[in-house]
Amino acid sequence: MELYNLTIHELNDLLKKKEVTVREIAESVFSRIDDVEDKVRAYACLSADKAFEQAKKADMLIRDNTDFSALNGIPVAIKDNMCTEGIQTTCASRILQDFRPPYTASVIEKLNSRGYLHTGMTNMDEFAMGSSTENSSYRVTKNPWDITRVPGGSSGGSAAAVAAGECIAALGSDTGGSIRQPAALCGVVGLKPTYGRVSRYGLVAFASSLDQIGPLTKDVTDCAIMLKAISGHDPADSTSAAISVPDYQAVLGRDIKGIKLGIPGEYFISGMDPSVDRSVREAIKVFERLGAVIEDISLPHTEYAVAAYYIIATAEASSNLARYDGVKYGYRTKDADNLLEMYMKTRDEGFGSEVKRRIMLGTYVLSAGYYDAYYRKAQQVRTLIKRDFDKAFEKVDAILTPTTPTPAFSIGEKTQDPLQMYLSDIFTISVNLAGIPAISIPCGFTEGELPVGLQILGKHFDEERILQAAYAYEQSTEWHKRRAKIRG
Amino acid sequence: MKITRKEVEHVAKLARLALRDEEIETLTNQLGNILTYVEKLNELDTTNIEPTSHVLPIKNVLREDEERKSIEREKALGNAPDRTEEFFRVPKVIE
Repeated sequence: MELYNLTIHELNDLLKKKEVTVREIAESVFSRIDDVEDKVRAYACLSADKAFEQAKKADMLIRDNTDFSALNGIPVAIKDNMCTEGIQTTCASRILQDFRPPYTASVIEKLNSRGYLHTGMTNMDEFAMGSSTENSSYRVTKNPWDITRVPGGSSGGSAAAVAAGECIAALGSDTGGSIRQPAALCGVVGLKPTYGRVSRYGLVAFASSLDQIGPLTKDVTDCAIMLKAISGHDPADSTSAAISVPDYQAVLGRDIKGIKLGIPGEYFISGMDPSVDRSVREAIKVFERLGAVIEDISLPHTEYAVAAYYIIATAEASSNLARYDGVKYGYRTKDADNLLEMYMKTRDEGFGSEVKRRIMLGTYVLSAGYYDAYYRKAQQVRTLIKRDFDKAFEKVDAILTPTTPTPAFSIGEKTQDPLQMYLSDIFTISVNLAGIPAISIPCGFTEGELPVGLQILGKHFDEERILQAAYAYEQSTEWHKRRAKIRG
Repeated sequence: MKITRKEVEHVAKLARLALRDEEIETLTNQLGNILTYVEKLNELDTTNIEPTSHVLPIKNVLREDEERKSIEREKALGNAPDRTEEFFRVPKVIE
């Protein structure tokens, strides 16, 4: 098997036995990128020179030490909304086209201290607003399982890069499903941590009360390794939680006999793709065979989540994106006679249509006379959605749902109708509103060989439980071993 | 219609967006559809329900008031679209 097809833990084993060098791993991944990137277009920009520099250091560390991090020498791709000093970070937006951050995000510092290799920045929906990566101002990323289809979004570049073997693992960010939905559509593992688990310092803000950074990987073990590496309190992010980080790998392999798993009826809707429905129901049976206790539960406010989300997320976005004014960094219009005109033209020319739509919606719901009717109402509904989960978790340890109602849709299929695009996130959005953690893992394929994702939701700061359940399922199935057959 | 063209023009001004005519047209339609959809929330009685703005019980996170280095001036100015000496330069504000 080619090195680029292996996982973090498999490569770490080979490195420990000195059967491969970090240089060889980097060569394998970058030659894979040379072969398939023209078709997949997962990356916004590549950093081969930096990665081979880092590889030298990682190889030296291995030569001189027997004990080194699981991430030492591992090629990782970063979503184009996390800052690294000096590395162009655009959020797939024209308004940040030449932006080189003067500082580095805390998650990148953490990966750096563990010796990762930076393969490059991955494509995304502009400012993480979208579910297909078609809202990028620069390129459309393709799904490696079928290049006529979208990879999902907004972390579509990260998911596609992992699925195509163009990196070993990746970081994404998740505001309403932006890690889990593309992970499901690309047949990889994606985890949104509990709000506050991972520092947001250096993540370009979209909706600050919902955003979380998380890993996209080829299997659950890699997910646990990455999560451990990036988690923890950070004085630079006042919303990061001062709660100790457990060793997530330690729970993998623990028996799930007697664990209580809830199945919410509201997540099995009419209009769902039959093969998604079938795959998820079969997955539930696998959990039953493994000794889990399956219980029907209700999350009665599920159908209101998308509406509440699009008020809260756009309101926060309209405020966060007010900073792009053409003064301190980023794009500035060429043609303005005064300051106000400069602001207005800069923002009109710099933002794409989905971003403008959301800024407009967010500004409207916060404007005088509408605040109570929309924004306050949505926040109250958020409370109801959170209470649904609190109540459910009194009865069960974790919750199983499909990650998405359909497999990957065709490129262009939903671009004309924003509301249809928003509805592709119906199963992932509640998790962000409630702030709980959730993982998507592969649980089957449609007749057309498109991946299907299973979502496991957990209690606040109980990533261990969902990783334990995900691992038990993964080890009794073969889905995670399949690789997209894309060739150069 | 949930939102009029005039309202869209007003909101665009608040959001500092110089929208073109056809953009205003499209947005009036699209925002109207989205606002009709979110009306759904009115089916719920939320009397006496506390709003949630943040999911964790965090309040006033403070640090020690210690002197420390901030970002260097040259670095801070490094991305400026236009600058002069040690300042960001903008078009004329006052006539």
